Amino acid sequence: MRKFLASAEFLAGAAASAVLFSSVAARADQPREWEMTFQAPATDMMRQIERFGNYTMWFIVPITILVLVLLLVCIVRFRASANPVPSRTSHNTLIEVIWTVGPVIVLLLIAIPSFQLLTAQYTPPEEAKLTVKATGNQWNWDYEYQVDKTFSFNSAVLQDGDRAKAGKEDRARYPRLLAVDNELVVPVNTMTRVLITATDVIHSFAVPSFGIKMDAVPGRTNETWFKAEKEGLYYGQCSQLCGKDHAFMPIAVRVVSDAQFKTWLDTAKTDVPAANKALMAEIDGTNKVAAAGN
Amino acid sequence: MAEAAAHDHGDHRPHGWVRWVYSTNHKDIGTLYLIFAIMAGIVGGALSVAIRMELQEPGIQIFSGLAQMVYGMQGDAAIDGGKSMYNAFGAAHGLIMIFFMVMPALIGGFANWMVPIMIGAPDMAFPRMNNISFWLLPPAFILLLSSMFVPSAPGAFGVGGGWTIYPPLSTSGQPGPAMDLAILSIHIAGASSILGAINFITTIFNMRAPGMTLHKMPLFAWAVLITAFLLLLSLPVLAGAITMLLTDRNFGTAFFVPDQGGDPILFQHLFWFFGHPEVYILILPGFGIVSHIVSTFSKKPVFGYLGMAYAMVAIGAVGFIVWAHHMYTTGLSLDTQRYFVFATMVIAVPTGVKIFSWIATMWGGSISFKPPMLWALGFIFLFTIGGVTGVQLANAGLDRSLHDTYFVIAHFHYVLSLGAVFAIFAGWYYWFPKMTGYMYSPVIANTHFWVTFVGVNLIFFPQHFLGLAGMPRRTVDYPDAFAGWNMVSSYGSYIAAVGVAIFLYGVFEAFQKKRVAGANPWGEGATTLEWQLPSPPPFHQWEQLPKIK
Repeated sequence: MRKFLASAEFLAGAAASAVLFSSVAARADQPREWEMTFQAPATDMMRQIERFGNYTMWFIVPITILVLVLLLVCIVRFRASANPVPSRTSHNTLIEVIWTVGPVIVLLLIAIPSFQLLTAQYTPPEEAKLTVKATGNQWNWDYEYQVDKTFSFNSAVLQDGDRAKAGKEDRARYPRLLAVDNELVVPVNTMTRVLITATDVIHSFAVPSFGIKMDAVPGRTNETWFKAEKEGLYYGQCSQLCGKDHAFMPIAVRVVSDAQFKTWLDTAKTDVPAANKALMAEIDGTNKVAAAGN
Repeated sequence: MAEAAAHDHGDHRPHGWVRWVYSTNHKDIGTLYLIFAIMAGIVGGALSVAIRMELQEPGIQIFSGLAQMVYGMQGDAAIDGGKSMYNAFGAAHGLIMIFFMVMPALIGGFANWMVPIMIGAPDMAFPRMNNISFWLLPPAFILLLSSMFVPSAPGAFGVGGGWTIYPPLSTSGQPGPAMDLAILSIHIAGASSILGAINFITTIFNMRAPGMTLHKMPLFAWAVLITAFLLLLSLPVLAGAITMLLTDRNFGTAFFVPDQGGDPILFQHLFWFFGHPEVYILILPGFGIVSHIVSTFSKKPVFGYLGMAYAMVAIGAVGFIVWAHHMYTTGLSLDTQRYFVFATMVIAVPTGVKIFSWIATMWGGSISFKPPMLWALGFIFLFTIGGVTGVQLANAGLDRSLHDTYFVIAHFHYVLSLGAVFAIFAGWYYWFPKMTGYMYSPVIANTHFWVTFVGVNLIFFPQHFLGLAGMPRRTVDYPDAFAGWNMVSSYGSYIAAVGVAIFLYGVFEAFQKKRVAGANPWGEGATTLEWQLPSPPPFHQWEQLPKIK
């Protein structure tokens, strides 16, 4: 049930879209053409957000339809030609109580899981095993790995001219405005803490399929976390207007296996480009077949 | 009548330009406000069409050329200048539509015109202050427009920080004078609104005709009274915030500079303490207008009058304690977010009361679908859509994924562009015959409605999908996957622009044909005091106070 805002379709096609969901969910790591819903979740948190979003639809779609139906009934039944003599009713205490208490109950039904979701977002289930600091600059990101030997590198939007040199000519896998020169590399199924700040103006670190978005504010350090469930390449974009090139500072996260991460980390401590090259050779080599169908 | 009154010292009636520039007459000032709002709306609308043209396809097509034409930039400088120009268009679109279109139309225009008449008062309490309230606006508007032609950041012109002008992007991020001009513009527009608010509060509290208690007052006057209080309480906070911005920029203070002990987030708290009541300022007068129209064309009194009035009071009051729901992703603590989720959801209750009361007003009525009613019906339905997406966004946990995406753009345009603006057009077609004495062509008015209805829904409904898919706001270019819905949205804006042209033609046609409307073109359902006066009303009305039963 991935339909989120398809109003009428939503109710009728709930079962059908459940089937659809299971088939496309396999590798949705970036926005798709004519997408009408959330990107497929890559973390449990995003799955919870999506579930809650769908849950709210069970209230707001019927409410909207109810208002529409009532309006249509008024238009048909009480048009001047059908009902020439208007009633003079202007009070009905019972109905007024009902339409005050009714929404209160609906809001309570929404609020309870809403508070659970919000609390879950601020209650990481386990200690972070990896801490990365993301620093927003106009208009790129610095990623600092806080491991035994701290190191950092810059991540900027991939220029079309650099695609060949970077080995990122596959535009389905490395889309325009989403692909970067150096991805943030993290191990799969690992609790990752992201510390977020900025050097110049406010930016925002967001990865839709992880269900995270946190502002990068100069002078303060915000914190969020994610635990990616599947290897792959996940994209986000800066989500706070930060000037001229706001549209051109994407966030790309490469989720890899534990072993791949360990190898990458060992090299990256001294030579990030070499580490990335080796990692890409391994991943894109094994994924060639899968990527072709992307 | 004018001949007889000419001997009366109290009825000095100026002519020519003096009548307008020196005007102390609430109806003339209201007309000035409406003309101003139409002109500003055309400018603000043109900016948004340019934005949609740019977003029709991926890549940068329009704004590099515009930067070349307007600023004389070449090559890469034109592309960079174009990106900044896009941001400047976005900021100017927001500021113009809010401060120079919706507020002048609803409060300066319709409220100025109708509130004194509806409450049986001869004019506003402070007619000269009314004059200065209006005449502050054109210089403010000129300041804002001129800011688009002066430097902001290196190689950029115009305020490029969005209408929210968050520091540090609006301080160290844009050192040029564009931002200073915009800040002064907002200061002046704010002062204008505060003066107007004082005027309305004094008028409504002190100048109601004998017998018109607050609980008998028309709902539009109620709406304006509440709006005036929101203005009076929230605008000084904005003025304080942008003054701090101004001194941070020019005089070395560091209210919002983190490395000197300031905090950029403080500005957001101050801004939204104004900004959230502001969105109710934009919509409450519309609530009032729609109540009158629904009642008039259903030939029934408003259902649950007291509930309707106090729902607006509740919305206004709660509107002051929900501001940080605009800031869920800034790093607010968990408990802070919990509170703002709760408080925000509370607002849905009085809003629901209003929607259902409008429907109940129609229920059992004898409804005629004149153009104002069409716009009011459109308002009710589209506002409902914007309302329910608002309930979704209230949930911080869900907002995590939707914040700063096109979903938010879709939401607030459903309540403002399709809510407030539909209410403005409803009010326009409702009171146009009263204000001018002429009846417009209902065919043109209905065409205007349907074209606009299709256009704006095409613009904004697909933006929900874009937001869900993760497209961030305020970007000049986007990943290719977002192209489809953006194209639909852009076509919608062209249709809406045609709607504006039809509107203007309808006004022209009405003045050309001069069909006499008569005192009350809407019949028995129109019960408020303005329909007891001739159309247009005399220069000074209620020289003998009306009696309220």
